[in-house]
Amino acid sequence: MTLDTFAVTPFISMTLAIPVVGAGVLALVPREHGSAHRWLAFLFSLLAFGVSLSIWTNFDATLAGFQLVEDKAWLPFGARYTVGVDGISLLIVILTTVLTPLTILSTFTSIRKRVKEFYISMLLLETSMIGALVAIDMILFYAFWELMLIPMYLIIGVWGGPRRIYAAVKFFLFTFLGSVLMLVGIIYIHLKAGGESFSYQSFLDSGLAYKEQLWLFAAFGLAFGIKVPMFPFHTWLPDAHVEAPTAGSVILAGVLLKMGTYGFIRFAMPFFPEATGAFIFPIMLLAVIGIVYGSLMAYAQSDVKKLVAYSSVAHLGFVMLGLFALTQEAVQGSILQMINHGISTGALFLLVGMLYERRHTRMIADYGGIARPMKIFAALLIIITLSSIGLPGTNGFIGEFLILAGTFREALAQPGTFGDANFKTVLIILGVLACTGIVLGAVYMLTMVRKVLFGPITHKVNEDLDDVNFREFFVLGCLVVLVFWIGIYPNFFLEKTEASVKATLDTYKTRMVEHRAFGVAAADKVRSELKEVAR
Amino acid sequence: MFRTHISSLLYVVVFAPLVGAMINGFLSRYLPRRAVSVLGVGAPLLSFVAACAAGLGFLGLRAEDPAFASVTANLFNWITAGPIDIDFALYLDPLSMVMSLVVTGIGTLIHVYSIGYMHGDPSYARYFSHLNLFMFSMLLLVLGRSLLLLFVGWEGVGLCSYLLIGFWFDDMAKATAGKKAFVVNRIGDFGFLLGVFVLLFWLEGSLDVPTLRDMVTAPDSALAAKGGLITVVTLCLFLGATGKSAQIPLYVWLPDAMAGPTPVSALIHAATMVTAGVYMIARLNFLFALSPVTMAVIAGVGALTALMAATIGLTQWDIKKVLAYSTVSQLGYMFLGVGMGAFGAGVFHLMTHAFFKACLFLCAGSVIHAMHEEQDIRKMGGLGKYMPITRMTFLVSTMAIAGVPFLSGFFSKDEILYNAFVLQHASGAIPPWLYKLYFAMGMTAALLTAIYMFRLYFLTFSGDLRSDAHPHESPATMTFPLVVLAVGAALAGYIGLPDLRVNIWHHWLEPVFSDGVTHFTSTGNHALEYGLMGLSTVVALSGIAIAWLFYRGSWNREPARIAKSLSGLYRLVYDKYRIDELYGALVVRPLQGVARWSHKWLDAGLIDGVLVNGSAKAVRGMGSVARWAVNGDVQAYAAAILVGVAVLVWFIF
Repeated sequence: MTLDTFAVTPFISMTLAIPVVGAGVLALVPREHGSAHRWLAFLFSLLAFGVSLSIWTNFDATLAGFQLVEDKAWLPFGARYTVGVDGISLLIVILTTVLTPLTILSTFTSIRKRVKEFYISMLLLETSMIGALVAIDMILFYAFWELMLIPMYLIIGVWGGPRRIYAAVKFFLFTFLGSVLMLVGIIYIHLKAGGESFSYQSFLDSGLAYKEQLWLFAAFGLAFGIKVPMFPFHTWLPDAHVEAPTAGSVILAGVLLKMGTYGFIRFAMPFFPEATGAFIFPIMLLAVIGIVYGSLMAYAQSDVKKLVAYSSVAHLGFVMLGLFALTQEAVQGSILQMINHGISTGALFLLVGMLYERRHTRMIADYGGIARPMKIFAALLIIITLSSIGLPGTNGFIGEFLILAGTFREALAQPGTFGDANFKTVLIILGVLACTGIVLGAVYMLTMVRKVLFGPITHKVNEDLDDVNFREFFVLGCLVVLVFWIGIYPNFFLEKTEASVKATLDTYKTRMVEHRAFGVAAADKVRSELKEVAR
Repeated sequence: MFRTHISSLLYVVVFAPLVGAMINGFLSRYLPRRAVSVLGVGAPLLSFVAACAAGLGFLGLRAEDPAFASVTANLFNWITAGPIDIDFALYLDPLSMVMSLVVTGIGTLIHVYSIGYMHGDPSYARYFSHLNLFMFSMLLLVLGRSLLLLFVGWEGVGLCSYLLIGFWFDDMAKATAGKKAFVVNRIGDFGFLLGVFVLLFWLEGSLDVPTLRDMVTAPDSALAAKGGLITVVTLCLFLGATGKSAQIPLYVWLPDAMAGPTPVSALIHAATMVTAGVYMIARLNFLFALSPVTMAVIAGVGALTALMAATIGLTQWDIKKVLAYSTVSQLGYMFLGVGMGAFGAGVFHLMTHAFFKACLFLCAGSVIHAMHEEQDIRKMGGLGKYMPITRMTFLVSTMAIAGVPFLSGFFSKDEILYNAFVLQHASGAIPPWLYKLYFAMGMTAALLTAIYMFRLYFLTFSGDLRSDAHPHESPATMTFPLVVLAVGAALAGYIGLPDLRVNIWHHWLEPVFSDGVTHFTSTGNHALEYGLMGLSTVVALSGIAIAWLFYRGSWNREPARIAKSLSGLYRLVYDKYRIDELYGALVVRPLQGVARWSHKWLDAGLIDGVLVNGSAKAVRGMGSVARWAVNGDVQAYAAAILVGVAVLVWFIF
């Protein structure tokens, strides 16, 4: 992983800079030109998307390390401006640049107050999200990571629903709590590694002892686990989603949550491979609990937005399961599933937002039979639902299939006999439980679809709801294209991730599985080791 | 050269209906109604023609080279990740050729019929779009070379079934029936996927069916030696089959599926989709046959389903419900057949059943149409006078399903029963009395079939009309398919005629099933075969006679009297053994309860209420710290980050 210092066309920096420049331009346009702000924000995010395509086309999928690297001196204490992409971050970067313009387009009629500030927040949010994904200097990463919080905090707190302050503060405190510990961890590793550099490579080479790693993994893992969100740190998510405006929910579910899963595969796992091993069982267990529990919670909801929020807990459970299964197809499937979740859950929030804009309610019981007046809307909702429940031919299937296949392959590669108290048995049971998520997903999603779309119209106001307009159709149409593109020709996306995932697993997997254990014994082991370090 | 032509034809077979579905789905608002019909029917017709042409090419190649077995048309590499490498490839062999002809042929006829049946429906284009999409999915299921591609079609047909059962979605009961079908199928698919994973990684097999076959049949195959695992894999896959093909324990969705338009019931819920489970087992015969336990389970589930559904069929009054239970019952026969290792016989019954059951459903549709949406046979009677074509075609198909000699159902059902009597698994692991029991169950179900089908016929078409409707014969677009299907129902059996010098059917499918059948031994001979044939004939004719006496002749008070004297049993059967209620109490309501309870107490109560907000309150109680913890002042947070970090860094070093 050499970091090229000399000039390549700085596509990454350009992608980062365009939204900031856009925000600056928006700040200069007087407040009364509301629609100018909308269009400018859209055009700048579209431009960022265009430039990000150059990242895609210049990316060499056969190479494992960072590409298009730019490296400049930045802060006096050793932090540098180093950015680059590899197969793990590339897809999520593109997802961000795709979702942002579509989300901005979706808000043209729903954002009515403080229009200018809203779009400035959106553009700054885009830059900070991409920044966190491309940063390969830890201080730079941390700066973007924290920077993300502020525009999202404002989007929820200013443009949100009635309980927006509670939700925004909850969101902020939850994620902030984890982040601080992570910063401590970063500084610790920095000092441990010689105190000269914050570069990603120096962190990889820091040579931490196993017991140090355990603490550090806990710190990083908490930061990322809250963001994912993993059970039981998930309760900020439904509140944040319910109160956030549609655009906030789309970005939150579509990109922000991925920062957690991305953080695991990019930082926590390779930095602390031995500790990762010790945490594999608890994390996979929490992931599977997330799948089943999230699905059950979703089934119990009467609020569509909460239902979709809990479904995210289930979907992200799949992603976490795949990442910690540590097989090529499971990790590639997880990365793809991050994209899939961004597309299908993003689209679900957009669809819910369109209903909300028309009826100002999110309660399932306030709808029913709206497939009659809103035919195209109904078709789109059904397609996205199918993608969300992983119907073959859509993107969701590819992700879930690869994750589950990888989990089972890892399980069956373990020594021992099924039925004994060993890791093999545990992993198989977890895999089977995860498979039930496929049934449960169909149960809650189709129940929602039936109650919202089908049956007689029970509320008279619903009789003449307007179907989606061209702008709304365009936004969702783009996402539907991606749903089928990934579902039918996934190799186009999978091949980008192959080399990087392979290199990561080749380098770290043996070190990780060395400390893999399960059950009470493992928990005791981790606890006693942590105690010892504390002493 | 010939092969490339066949490959190109296969693409047409599969993708023509997809194109039709997409155009009618997206562009129908710009198309006149006539264009919608032409496209809707033209797409499956083109598919049928291409399937015939591919079949002819296949015949030609096989005539030149008797060892000729298959054509693969590889479109692109679908999924590659780690050891998983799956091609999007179509695969034509004798089995998939027969199936694709049945699907496209009968499918096209039902599309033609739909023009008349759906004539006045406001969602005409949506209907054809969904029906074409179904054809695409079904053909993908049939022609997919990889098990995973089969699974794409497998779930795809489930989706179309969901959409078409709930086609008239204004009616909540219909929408609910669609959802039920999807969810119950998903339970089966859960089994299917588990089977796929165990097959791939535990058995170290392949999802590519021909490759898997080579692995299993290779001399000293390591795979074939893992008997226990093969039982696990095949039982998991069979769970999938019970969902799709409506067998015990997952049959409950099919009777509800009758909420869909009647041509849909004919195509999806009788002739094609519900046979997918049988097809899948036949496709993997070389694997299933290795596990005597699985095979005995399949045959047993089939026999039990055949018997149980037949008893329910005796008691129902809704013309479509009777046919639905009849379908469940006949599917049971197919599973009995393949479970006995008589793969050819099972698929043979699949084919003949496709003709007569499609015909019966379409006749029912014609009757419902004529009776202005009335489906209760107590309000019918004497319809033969008004609808002669419908009556004749219904009668032919009824005789075929009842097993009247020399019609198609007679040959195919008889062959299954004969095989149940004479075959047994070569491993000897299954006691012979079990097979005899299956045979007895199958024979009893045959008697019941003749009774309930002729009950249906007599109550519907003979006697006098028991309501004030004004029935009329249906238009030619509807009667033409009836006639074609009735001819098929009468004659389709002759390609599998027993004891000719060559049984064309079995000769044709022999290369596909050769590995599977070697695991079964037969104790049969021709004398026995003729003897059992005679027995079946007696059974069928006595069933018809009983139905005649009860519903046409002088014993017409008997059914009500029997129902009254056995009222407890009668109610139980009439209520379909209350299996739905049982599942409701055991699965559905507990799931809802657990979801609501844990949301209230675990999520909102414990995690969020006590742990999260509780600790926030504790902090707030501490005073000054709390004031800016809740006032949302971002600058304060920024300051907190710095202070906190400074403290922590100082603390550590």
